[in-house]
Amino acid sequence: MNEALFLSRLQFGWVISFHILFPAFTIGLASWLVFLEAWWLKTRNDHLRDLVFFWMKVFAVSFGVGVVSGIVMSFQFGTNWARFSADAGNVVGPLLNYEVLTAFFVEASFLGVMLFGWDRVGHKTHFACTCMVALGTLASTFWIMSANSWMQTPAGYVIKDGVFEPADWWQIVFNPSFGVRLPHMVLAAFLTTAFMIGGISSYYLLRNRFVEKARLCLKAALVFVAIVAPLQIIVGDMSGQEVRAHQPAKLAALEGIWTGGTNVPWTVFAIPDEQTESNRYALDIPHGGSLILTHSWSGAVAGLKSFPPDDRPPVAIPFYAFRVMVALGVLMVLVAWVGLWKWRRGTAFTSRSYLKSWLWMMPSGFIALLAGWWVAEVGRQPWVVYGLLRTADAVSPNITDGSVLASLIVYVAVYVSLFGFVGWYLLKMLRVGPVAVPPRRRVRTAARPLSLGDEEMGDRP
Amino acid sequence: MTLAETLPVVWYFIIGFAVMMYVLLDGFVLGIGILTPFADDAAQRDHMMNTAAPIWDGNETWLVMGGAGLMAAFPKAYAVVLSSLYLPVLVMLVALISRGVSFEFRFKAAKSRVVWGFAFAAGSIVTAFMQGLILGALVEGMPLTGGKYIHATAFAWFSPFSVLTGVAVVFGYALLGATWLVLKTDGRVQRIAFDLTRPLMLAVIAFMLLVSAWLPFLDSNLMARWFTWPNFLYLSPVPLLTVLNAAALWVAVIRNREVAPFVLSLCFFVLGFIGLVVGIWPNIVPPSLTIWQAASPVQSQGFVLVGVVIMIPAVLAYTAYSYRIFRGKVAADAGYY
Repeated sequence: MNEALFLSRLQFGWVISFHILFPAFTIGLASWLVFLEAWWLKTRNDHLRDLVFFWMKVFAVSFGVGVVSGIVMSFQFGTNWARFSADAGNVVGPLLNYEVLTAFFVEASFLGVMLFGWDRVGHKTHFACTCMVALGTLASTFWIMSANSWMQTPAGYVIKDGVFEPADWWQIVFNPSFGVRLPHMVLAAFLTTAFMIGGISSYYLLRNRFVEKARLCLKAALVFVAIVAPLQIIVGDMSGQEVRAHQPAKLAALEGIWTGGTNVPWTVFAIPDEQTESNRYALDIPHGGSLILTHSWSGAVAGLKSFPPDDRPPVAIPFYAFRVMVALGVLMVLVAWVGLWKWRRGTAFTSRSYLKSWLWMMPSGFIALLAGWWVAEVGRQPWVVYGLLRTADAVSPNITDGSVLASLIVYVAVYVSLFGFVGWYLLKMLRVGPVAVPPRRRVRTAARPLSLGDEEMGDRP
Repeated sequence: MTLAETLPVVWYFIIGFAVMMYVLLDGFVLGIGILTPFADDAAQRDHMMNTAAPIWDGNETWLVMGGAGLMAAFPKAYAVVLSSLYLPVLVMLVALISRGVSFEFRFKAAKSRVVWGFAFAAGSIVTAFMQGLILGALVEGMPLTGGKYIHATAFAWFSPFSVLTGVAVVFGYALLGATWLVLKTDGRVQRIAFDLTRPLMLAVIAFMLLVSAWLPFLDSNLMARWFTWPNFLYLSPVPLLTVLNAAALWVAVIRNREVAPFVLSLCFFVLGFIGLVVGIWPNIVPPSLTIWQAASPVQSQGFVLVGVVIMIPAVLAYTAYSYRIFRGKVAADAGYY
């Protein structure tokens, strides 16, 4: 096996998995800030203003890490995937460039006023800036999902001398899988943030701190999850239908179906074995597969064996990751619905065991999000542009094994320590919590994301 | 002229503009980082960093714009350049991360402040050196075999010339940083910056001469345009302006002016950049990949051009506005943090 190819795949998986955590969190947080600030403008409840300031600090730190790790991403395609860039850059490049133009520049422009302009501009102008930042994060999601969906379900292109050329931008941007994958990702980002908000609020309630503010947040998170988590399962099911239509080999892998046909069972758990082309220790529910995947008792689903071995994705990662994602999705619904029931009985915000369940679920969104992306990306293999350009043919031909090994080690070391510092800093911020902000603060002039949140930290100069 | 002929030209200048914006805007911030070791104490280092605190974040967006623009408009060049410069790009990105996060963590840390201060200076110096090295390697040229890639080598970019341009850019950014500090500070920090400006200016002029003298001896054919008649005549305003600019900068520094040195240093960079862009033309990857060969089709370049025409003027207007908000001297105890 080509070492540079294997190491490049590992590296891309690592840097993109690290990076996506931060945008996913900030997509949700930006909209959460819009919601909080609108609520405050309407009610002028001081608690809400304190919460806006608190969550803005969390947003600032996460956004900063998203920016630095995002710069790395914008060079990865060229350094490690030069043939992908040269062959598909005509189509993917413009989509990414639109992300810079309509998202990055917009975010950079309005972020300064949002973070530091509270006392310099009117409340409505400030609110407008918060809305623009939120719109920027959603615009970024739009273009990234469009580019990635095009790689999953390419459309609107022609191939000349092995190079993709755009033929119809409408078809490229709104390619077949985009319509369902965009809402799936946006809802995933929102749920990720909702569980962070709910978990942090439960942490305060368990420690009897900021009780009123924490209750406000937990209520909002609970209602949101109770509605959106089931919605996400429906969208996820639609996404599955789309995969069945366009990427049957991916569907077979993520469900661990080797022999297709009608009356397919649903495998709850198994150890897929690529050597024997079968599942070991399989726990099957008869007709389950047909029912879930085709919405009929005996519907037909293709099996992995009907694809040549060279065209099959690896099975284990999509299979397990999919199960993790589904299990967490079900747990999310459960936590929220149990919460609604306990709320009616008046114990949702006092029951220690229930609050602890939110604490446990705090990282659930992140894990489900990563699992979902691993299903999508590993399941697309062996293709980088599905059915058209193999990953093995996309790697840079002129990079050495040693270079890629070096870069992989460096990125792992740098990101692990970065993650440690950011986590430590966020923890410090949580310990301070959503303290009361004086209604009129002195004019501050800095306009950088991470520099917010220094006050009340005690040990700064 | 057809669209297929003109669009690559338009995009050559768009990307050139984005890179120049990045070099000018982040150049002086990196320069501050390069100069922080010359501060007497931690308070002065804070003072230096505070002058750039409100504005440095947006600057990096121009770098991303340059990268994404290159991928959209000249995908072949994007692929060849970045994969050929694998290690320098890696080191530059890691140095940028180090610079960016230590800008922030330094003010949050209590015990580890020294470490973050070091990471800030080292990150800035390494970023500047790598950007210069990448520039030098690009100017030297990347020969393509069979119209596509050079064979796998890890260190093809390493040469005396690329090291020279790397060092030159460190000094160039340091000059931008010093003149920026003259403009934005007073007291002891301004004095330090004034004292550094003169030797830095001499060094930058020396490096400019050295690089220019080296260019005709490179294999890359680059700059051939500069030394053929009558091109030399038409292009002569650029070197003439550079000489005038150097003289004006000299006078401004001697007379302890505050605004002029920074503006003239920026002009120095712009003139050098124009000289380079003219020299590389019509190649995007010297010695032989032209902008038309590397260009994406009209549908790609045209599609993004619409967004550029709408968004970039708005971005420039906001950038000017935010610099206006933060105009004036930054006091030693400015409350950015």
